[in-house]
Formats: sequence, structure tokens, C-alpha cells
Amino acid sequence: MSDHEYTPKSKFGKWFNDRLPLLTLANHLTDYPTPKNLNYWWTFGGILTFCLITQIVTGLVLAMHYIAHADMAFDSVEHIMRDVNYGWLIRYIHANGASMFFLAVYIHIFRSLFYGSYKAPREIIWIIGIIIYLLMMAAAFLGYVLPWGQMSFWGATVITNLFSAIPLVGEGIVTWLWGGYSVDNPTLTRFFTLHYLIPFLILGLVVLHIWALHVPGNNNPVGIDIKKPSKDTVPFHPYIVIKDGFALLMFMIVFAFFVFYTPNILGHADNYIEANPLVTPAHIVPEWYLLPFYAILRSVPDKLLGVVAMLSAILILAALPWLDTSKIRSAVFRPLYRQFYWILVADVLILGYVGAMPAEGLYLLVARVATAYYFLHFLVILPVLGWKEKTLPIPLSITEPILGGSPNLATAKNKESLNK
Amino acid sequence: MKNFFKIFSFIILFSGLSLSTHAAEKVEYLKTDWSFKGLFGKFDRAALQRGYQVYTEVCSSCHSMKYLSYRNLAEKGGPEFSIEQAKAIAASFEVKDGPNSDGDMFTRPGRLSDKFVMPYDNVQAAQAANGGAYPPDMSVLVKARGGGVDYIYSLLQGYEDPPAGVTLDDGVYYNKYMYGNKIKMANQLSDGLVEYSDGTTASVEQMSKDVTTFLMWSAEPHLESRHQMGFKAIVYLIILTILVYFSMKRIWSRIETEV
Repeated sequence: MSDHEYTPKSKFGKWFNDRLPLLTLANHLTDYPTPKNLNYWWTFGGILTFCLITQIVTGLVLAMHYIAHADMAFDSVEHIMRDVNYGWLIRYIHANGASMFFLAVYIHIFRSLFYGSYKAPREIIWIIGIIIYLLMMAAAFLGYVLPWGQMSFWGATVITNLFSAIPLVGEGIVTWLWGGYSVDNPTLTRFFTLHYLIPFLILGLVVLHIWALHVPGNNNPVGIDIKKPSKDTVPFHPYIVIKDGFALLMFMIVFAFFVFYTPNILGHADNYIEANPLVTPAHIVPEWYLLPFYAILRSVPDKLLGVVAMLSAILILAALPWLDTSKIRSAVFRPLYRQFYWILVADVLILGYVGAMPAEGLYLLVARVATAYYFLHFLVILPVLGWKEKTLPIPLSITEPILGGSPNLATAKNKESLNK
Repeated sequence: MKNFFKIFSFIILFSGLSLSTHAAEKVEYLKTDWSFKGLFGKFDRAALQRGYQVYTEVCSSCHSMKYLSYRNLAEKGGPEFSIEQAKAIAASFEVKDGPNSDGDMFTRPGRLSDKFVMPYDNVQAAQAANGGAYPPDMSVLVKARGGGVDYIYSLLQGYEDPPAGVTLDDGVYYNKYMYGNKIKMANQLSDGLVEYSDGTTASVEQMSKDVTTFLMWSAEPHLESRHQMGFKAIVYLIILTILVYFSMKRIWSRIETEV
């Protein structure tokens, strides 16, 4: 883990560190050699940590005032908005924070896809990341139920009903999840408990995610292995800290704009109507960040297969390190993959768009084509590309392309093929 | 860095477009200038007071506002009635209280701490009195409708004779902004219906605007402090971002020319 033995200077420091090596850890984190060519797409890891902590802190305060009871939840949210000091601020940060969290995580995931960060030796980091993403979706869904508005109630009804697609035991599982025969008070109280629990599970996994990252070190835009420390790396502090800080501040400006000027634009108006089991909203739509998966779910005519397709769409990502057969990490040196990458980005955006539309006519057709393409990309295009694609010569080190070492590119390519 | 911003702005643009196409499917709502929109948006105090008058004299006979208290009327960022005025308003309502030491319920004049008195005892009573339709609570109504203030403002002025071929049941009215065009609330506003104490002409348009402004405040009572704090927060963040940018340049200049 550390490249040189660290000894604290003070006597007490040494005494303490011998018993609990916190200072060694702090030293590792500040000195951690980081590739110096990391671009701004790499700042979203830090931004996501900020998002998680913001959600936990604001969530704690909200939980002090919120009442998890079917008859009082909606009123208690309005109490927070009106009578709790700065309650409106805390709640709007928490509600918009969920959206900002997902915005950042999608950028983070698509950065990995572009630069091949999931490939060996970083598979475990990637899989932990997918688990975090799944837990985030669970936390977001559970949290959306808590205000007990119409979308909360009917969203909970639709999503929990998905489990009824499981043969034989489906109906029993749904009843067990609800704690009754419909979404009601027992459902709300358990959802609140789980919504409170999951962020701490995520926090633990984030520690593992970063730990696993610090073993091989960061991938980088060139996607090659680098010697650490070397002239290709910089110490995490101050170089990466200040750069992450700068990017985080830019992110916070966007965040603040949503919180202070359009706090409700990302939510659904129906959620300001108190839950009513007797009135179904005209369109039940999830939050924007779940829309691509909602589109996949609805594009399959069979309920069970739809649920299977939706789950596969997420779980297929965990198999990505083995589905992508190319030895080259970065899309910079993969001209064909680069094009398919952008088609995938467009495909997911289109899925998100049709997910918000009624599932009929042209929208349904587009959703079906986009769903098929999504799986085609991972199951066919990626494995085949790895074998067929003619990749560009990759440089030996990060500093090389900057110094214009083109004569060495050919040798680099040879060396790379030797390594295979 | 350039690439980064290109892609980032593209995604923002895309989401903006999909949001706007989403909205474009609906009917064009009537437009008016809302004083509370924009970076420095504030409520028009006089409009809020007039809007309160329209609410009490017209809407409140059917619509409750269960999240508002009379004290809110005197609070900063609201209609800002004086404390005395708000006390007088509260006292003009009979509030049911109790039980007292004899175990009996009793009525007394309202106080600042009381919630707005509800027109019906419960939802069932409201439905029974309104042909089965529940007049929704108006506290957060503008946030609970897709078009927000523009929708409410338009709806109040959207009553028309039904086009040929549309038949309406008893107690159902035609409104061109209502979802499905059929509404169970009759047209409530007519020119000169209320007499504004500040001398403003009470046209249907004026009353719609005033009462909608009042509803916006009731849904977002802290809107003004939100806007003020937001401006300060964003200016602060921008200045800090610029400072951090130059520190970053300085630090990275030890090893690189470009960050």
C-alpha cells in the first residue's frame, strides 16, 4: 500500500501510530500517487462523496421532524417546509440532492465506460460500484415514498407489484413487503427504516470502493499502466485535492441553482397531492433517473420477462469486465468503440425520454428498438469489437504523447502486443 | 477541459429540450407577469392582500387551507398584514376548541396561532355538499398542478360555453384549461364580485391574478428568503470558484502549464 515507510515526527504520534496507524493512513491518502493527466471527468468521484455526505446530513435533520405515519407523513413534510427553521432549505437540498447524486453517478459510470476503467485489474472496484448504484436506486425509491404524496403511493404500488411477477411465491412476497394487503402504514414505516439504513451501507461500500481503488491506483485517460510514483504521477494532495475542489464548486453552483430557483422542477406535481388509494394518477412515472429502466420494463409485453429485462439491464453491467474483450482500456485508442460508445449514450438518453412518455404507439416502438440495442451493445458489439477492432498505437507513458514522442509509438505498440 | 464542457452543456441542453417538449403537449396557458419569478422575484404585497380577500370572500366557502395559520398573514415575506390586522382577521372567525374542564366543546374567536378555519368538518361533508366532488385543499395547490400558477390563473378565466357536440351533466361545467375540459366547480368570478379596499378595479383578470399570487405564497411561504439566500449563495460560490481556480493554476504551474 505505501511506497515508503512512514514514521510520525512526534513521540506521541509514533506511540499512537504504532497502536492505531491512523497517521499512516492519512499519509497514504495525501501522498497517494495519482496520474497527472486525469481530466475533469475524474472529479466526479469526489463529487459523489460530497453528495452522499450531504444526503446523510440533511436526511438526519429531516428525520428529526418527519413522522412516518400514513396519516401524518404528508402533514409533517409541510410542517418542515413551513415551520421548521430553514426546513424548506434542508428538504429542497435533500430532494434535489438525490437528483444531483444520480447526475454525478451517471457521469461517473459513463466515464468508466469511455476509459475502460472497469477492466483488469479494477473489476472489484467496478462491481462494488454497481452494488452502490443498485443501493442508490433502492434508497431513492424508498425516499420518494416517504412524503406520502400521490406519486409516492402509486410509485410504491407499481414497483412492489413487480415482485408479483415471480412465479408461485410472487403474491406472497408482495404481501410480505407491504406488511398487509395494500401499500399502507406498515409499508411506510418499513420503507422509512430501510431508507435510513441504506445510506450507511452505501457509505461502507464507498470505503471499500476507495480501498479497492487504492490498490492498483487510478486509471487515466490514456488507459495505460503507469509506474507509481513516477514523473507520470502527482501526490493526491495538493494537486488532485484542489482540482476536485474546483470541480466540486462548479457542481455546487448548478446544485444551488436547482435548490434555490427551481426546487420542484425535477419532481412531479402529483406528489404535492396527499396519497389517496382510491384515485389513480393519469400517468405514474418514476423520477427521471430511473426512466431508462422503466422504459425497458414497459417495452416487454410480458410482466415477468419485463422485470427480468429491467434487472438484467443493470446486472449486465457487473459482467462488463468480461464482456469487453479488448485489451486496450481507453476509447481514445479505440476508434470503433468510441463511436459505439456515443451510440450507447444516445440510446440511454432515448430510453430515458420514452420512459417519461405513455407506453403506446411510436413511443413503445422506439422503446423496444432502444431496449434491444442496449442489450446488443453489451452482449454482441462489445465482445466482437474486442476481437475485430484495429486499435491505434498506444504510448508507453503519460508524458510521452505530450513530449511528442511519435517515433516511440511503434515500439510501444509492439511492447503492448508482447505483453499480451 | 473544453471537451468536458462541450459534452456537459450538450447533456444539459438535451434534458432541457426533453423537459420543454414535455410541457409543449399541454394547452397554451394564459400568460401574465408574475412578480415572484426570476432571480430577485418577490411577492407583490398589495396583490397578496387582495388575493387573501378574494380567497376569504369567494374560495373559502368550499376550499380549505389547512396548512396556513392566521399568524402567517403577518409574517415577513407574506401579505404582511400588521399584527393588529392579523389578530382582527383571526378574531372574525369562530374556532371550535375544547374539551374544557367540564368536558364540553365550545367555540371562541380565533387567535393568531389557529389554523385557517375549514369550510367543512371532513372530506365526506365537503363531497356531500359539492355533488360528490371534493374541493381540494388550496395550501399547496399551485405546486400540485402541472402548469403551476399559469394553470390556476388560466383555469379561473377558462370558463366557456361547451362547443357543439359536448353535453354536460348537471353540475358539470366546461373549462378549456381543465384536464378533459369538464370541471365540477362553476365559474366563481365575475367583474366587480369583490370590492377591493385599495380601490383596484376587481376585474376577473385582476382577481385571478391576485388570488393566484396568494396561492403561490401559501404554497411557498419562504419563496422570498429562498430567492435572497440563493442569490447570495451563488455569488459566494462563484467568487470562491474563481479564487480556487487561480490557486489551482498556481499549484499546478509547479509541474504543468495546463490543468
